[in-house]
Amino acid sequence: MVVQSFNYVRTEMEAEAPAPGTSVGFVGWMRKNLFSTPGNSLLTVLGVLLLVWAVPPLYNFLIGKAVFIAENGETCRVEGAGACWAFIWARINFFIYGFYPMEEQWRVNICFVLGIILIVPLLWLDLPGKVLNAILFFVIYPIVAFILLNGGIFGLQSVPTENWGGLTVTLIIGITGIVVSLPIGIVLALGRQSNLPVIKTLSIMFIELWRAVPLITVLFMASVMLPLFVPTGMTVDKLLRALVGVSLFSAAYLAEVVRGGLQALPRGQYEAASAMGLNYWKSMLLIILPQALKHVIPGIVNSFIALFKDTSLVSIVGIFDLLQTVQSSSSDLKWAGPHQAITGYIFAAMVFWIFCFSMSRYSIFTERRLDTGHKR
Amino acid sequence: MAAQDSERAPAPQTSFFNDPVIRGRIYQLIVALVVLVFFWFIAQNTAENLARQNKTTGFDFFFATSGFDIFFTLIPYSRASEYWQAFVVGLLNTLLVSLLGIIFATIWGFILGIARLSSNWIISRLAVVYIETLRNIPLLLQLFFWYFAVLKAMPSVKQSFIFFGEFALNNRGLNIPRPVFDDKFFLVVIAIVVAIAGGIVLAKWARKRLEATGQRFPTLITSLAVLIVLPAIVWLISGTNVGLDVPKLAGFNFKGGISLPPEFVALLVGLILYTSTFIAEIVRSGIQAVSHGQTEAAAALGLKEGDRLRLVVIPQAMRVIIPPLTSQYLNLTKNSSLAAAIGYPELVSVFMGTTLNQTGRAIEVVFVTMMVYLTLSLLTSAFMNWYNARVALVER
Repeated sequence: MVVQSFNYVRTEMEAEAPAPGTSVGFVGWMRKNLFSTPGNSLLTVLGVLLLVWAVPPLYNFLIGKAVFIAENGETCRVEGAGACWAFIWARINFFIYGFYPMEEQWRVNICFVLGIILIVPLLWLDLPGKVLNAILFFVIYPIVAFILLNGGIFGLQSVPTENWGGLTVTLIIGITGIVVSLPIGIVLALGRQSNLPVIKTLSIMFIELWRAVPLITVLFMASVMLPLFVPTGMTVDKLLRALVGVSLFSAAYLAEVVRGGLQALPRGQYEAASAMGLNYWKSMLLIILPQALKHVIPGIVNSFIALFKDTSLVSIVGIFDLLQTVQSSSSDLKWAGPHQAITGYIFAAMVFWIFCFSMSRYSIFTERRLDTGHKR
Repeated sequence: MAAQDSERAPAPQTSFFNDPVIRGRIYQLIVALVVLVFFWFIAQNTAENLARQNKTTGFDFFFATSGFDIFFTLIPYSRASEYWQAFVVGLLNTLLVSLLGIIFATIWGFILGIARLSSNWIISRLAVVYIETLRNIPLLLQLFFWYFAVLKAMPSVKQSFIFFGEFALNNRGLNIPRPVFDDKFFLVVIAIVVAIAGGIVLAKWARKRLEATGQRFPTLITSLAVLIVLPAIVWLISGTNVGLDVPKLAGFNFKGGISLPPEFVALLVGLILYTSTFIAEIVRSGIQAVSHGQTEAAAALGLKEGDRLRLVVIPQAMRVIIPPLTSQYLNLTKNSSLAAAIGYPELVSVFMGTTLNQTGRAIEVVFVTMMVYLTLSLLTSAFMNWYNARVALVER
């Protein structure tokens, strides 16, 4: 055998060849994400067929053939017409303010603006002055808003709660529920963790009872039984009854969320707090709760989303919230038409969706921002 | 906090009020007193208000004639029946819609959850859009939508939508065929029971053999085969006839088959579509909670793709999935009470609605209704605790 020797040695690297055209760019992405296996290809085809089947009619109904401007239901009743947005536009005042007197609606608007001014910096995590901001929003704002909306003093015309309605009432119930139920929920959670048997038992009973029953029974109870509970001659405002029901109900759910945060804290934190000589309330307020609440912000926001969606239930006990205004308008004869009700529901759904979806996005954002732990 | 180390030398004498044990007792006494006074106050007011309104109390109304009709009942009920029968009708209707809702929402939710994790871009996007849309819209609004905007807007009986040949959908509800069994059908039922029992025995035997010898037996396929073949043979030999009672247009309405009122269909559809979005998210997080290392470890042990899922990933994912899934089932049951808004006669609507209005016994009715839901909830959590204890991670 002759050993041949080659004295060819490459000295420089061969330039990288481009990846095959089928594995990069749009084609590559399609091969990877849409057609990786025969089964996947079939699913892709089915998905595209579903889109082709569903999207054009939806587009036509919502935008393409929809009626945006009309004097009355005449234009909406035309064969083949889509959603009747003109109907929403004509009733928008009712949907937002309910029966609130037209000339007093600036008061509601001021409440909206004040609320936005206070809530934006509260949600903006980098801004300082959170304590002051929180006091303003959670304590001062409800009082100011109540005085503004209810009137009766400072020369403001009195507007009884029966006239409140629409989105205003939905937001009032939502915000009051959040403001009232969070502190009660925290106290209940601490009570459940307490080692004083009486307090612990009472907290558990309250939480479990409220969590076991549907909100609608709580609202029924609030509307038929609260009037029996108060001294004779005293009447409880209808809206207040619903507020009590919603707040207590939501507090029980929040209590369980907060308890999750309390249990997630390592024992060492509790022991360190007592080692520092802090008493119970100081150690809770300064050491335990700030950490525990941070853990459960997503859970708290989820409860708020549930609470906000649940506000629609007050329509069952006869309060004119957003859903009820939409529901009652859907039999408005002036706008009668085949798509009147459905347009109303889509409008209400969009309003609720915008609020709930932004809350859930915000919760995801804070979860990422506050995740100072060890992330692999 | 209470002192825990009573074994040690007595703590230095502090003033009476600073002793945590004594202070704890005082606090509890105060709280208990406040609660008692509060309830006494309420009871007092209630008694006074009731006396003023000349109302009587007691549960005797349960045995009075109800005098109202319910259009959808599972047990015989008429206007001459008593209130307790109306209560049972409502309870059964709640249980019926909850049970059906739970079954379908679980199936649809698992499909959606897996679709969301699919490597197929279009499928996972579609699942995300579906989930994020429906979970952020109040259920009550969705029920209104299905009931008032969809089902009530359906064509009249004469122009019903007919699909799959025999299903008819119109503004009076959904008519579905009903299977009719003749008297020999019980033989087939016996065959099915025998096949299921055989499957269980087979699974036990296969497991024992697997643990003893390491040899595996295709239990699932075998028992499925038995389950299909055995009843089929019995069916053919016995000559059982299973007919379909098909809904037919007769006069002004459909006759025959099962007629489901639109309230029921709207409630069921709404509950399924809404709850399935939450179940989908639970399933997704459950599957994602199983770390990739587990799959890799299973592959390193030489398990096939199917076995990896069946023996390693799914059992661990279920541990994460089951507790929130149970609470979704509870939520669905509680949410079925929203039917009161669209008029499906379930517990809240029949009992807290009509019965309360007719008898005026607010306290008794609210108490009984809440107790029903509390019992359902406690039973479910008892089951959940039992299951949790079974599957919980055994740590050293």
